Amino acid sequence: MLTKRLIACFDIVNGNVTKAYKFQDNIYVSPAEVLAERIYKEQIDELIFYDITASWENRPIDIETVRKVAKCVFVGFTVGGGIRNLDDMYSALKAGAEKISIDSMAVRNPKIITDGAKAFGSQCMLLSTQVKLTGRTKSGYEVFIDGARTATGMDAIEWIRQGQELGAGEVCLNSIDMDGTMEGYDLNLIKLAEKAVSIPIIASGGAGRSEHLKSLFESTDASAGIISSMLYSPRMDRNYSVLELKEYLLANGINARSSLN
Amino acid sequence: MIKIIDYAAGNAPSVLNAIEHMGYKASLCRTPSDLEDATHIILPGVGSARATIDSLLEMNILSELEKAVLVDKVPFLGICVGLQILFDFSEEENTVCLGWLKGRVVKFDQNLTRVPQMGWNKVTFQKNIPYSLKSSYFYFVNSYHALPEDESVVWGVSHYGVPFTAAINKENIYATQFHVEKSGAAGLSLLEYFIHLTKE
Repeated sequence: MLTKRLIACFDIVNGNVTKAYKFQDNIYVSPAEVLAERIYKEQIDELIFYDITASWENRPIDIETVRKVAKCVFVGFTVGGGIRNLDDMYSALKAGAEKISIDSMAVRNPKIITDGAKAFGSQCMLLSTQVKLTGRTKSGYEVFIDGARTATGMDAIEWIRQGQELGAGEVCLNSIDMDGTMEGYDLNLIKLAEKAVSIPIIASGGAGRSEHLKSLFESTDASAGIISSMLYSPRMDRNYSVLELKEYLLANGINARSSLN
Repeated sequence: MIKIIDYAAGNAPSVLNAIEHMGYKASLCRTPSDLEDATHIILPGVGSARATIDSLLEMNILSELEKAVLVDKVPFLGICVGLQILFDFSEEENTVCLGWLKGRVVKFDQNLTRVPQMGWNKVTFQKNIPYSLKSSYFYFVNSYHALPEDESVVWGVSHYGVPFTAAINKENIYATQFHVEKSGAAGLSLLEYFIHLTKE
């Protein structure tokens, strides 16, 4: 049986991992490869790497840092930020990534998902989307782009359905409302998403306590949860290790990968 | 020398990273002559069966590869799509594959599970495996899986909606549907097991 995945999501600025609150006020955490090696050894299931200033600065993804991280983690490794075309995807994959995350660029040019899926397979294309409950769309959830700065008027649930049609192999829903709050995932958002698509869903934004993971996996069909703040946010009173979270999940009857089973 | 076939849609550098991390040497193989001094051959795989076959044809490497693996019996490891293309045919874009093994490659049923399968699943090996790996979690990213005609080539099995072939072994040919290079310590151990195989 497939286990539920715990994924760390690195917001990279100048080769360092940072941590935001509601997509703003990023503070320094650690050099990327140092933190990557630590959580790899703790048995993180997967790692996502976002070069969060690349689009904004209109440059390609920081390939050197991608390469450094790829040399010390031997689990699934997704990269995003500054991916503008097939050439950018190709160089990220050759630097050691195995999945590509597309976010704002997919909204501007949806064809990039189809092109990527044709060239590298659907399993390679992660559609990531920033979502806020604004009440202005059919589901109430609206897609934002450019680091949660720009509203699009698009319905988030309709957008991921379209993303799956276009060729995305997985979707990551980032709740802007919950990001960095440590108050728990937006479960309602995930429940709407799981009915809309048949590809795996990653929940992101809000995890602060182990109970949040339990309720995510018990009450929704999410395949994975992002747990960045819990692992390393300096804003938290206490950080968790990946292993203790897995032990907690296993003790609560949720299937997780651990050296113990 | 361990040779990793580096084709357009593949992730050869990831496999190279994993091998170097364990302290072994390997090199990327881009031309038929690169295969000449191969002690082990690894065919990594991401992307579609069609793109992989097309890349291999474009590299003009197939006859050298078949000579090394099928005639000279050099230990061979196919990964993910590198397992799928060893069979006769893949349902993915109706692709005619290498036919080293009898059987076809089919899609998981979307009515039973979310497709693609993405993540860690338990693999139970039937034969030829170090005890510590007999039942371990490995990292999968796949929408398709192989249905071998000859059951005796099944090396490891797993379950995703249905039981499926997670690894195969026939003589010097090994292949895993999961990504050994992305399966943490278990994956590296399996890769090391392969590296220690010698030509019979």
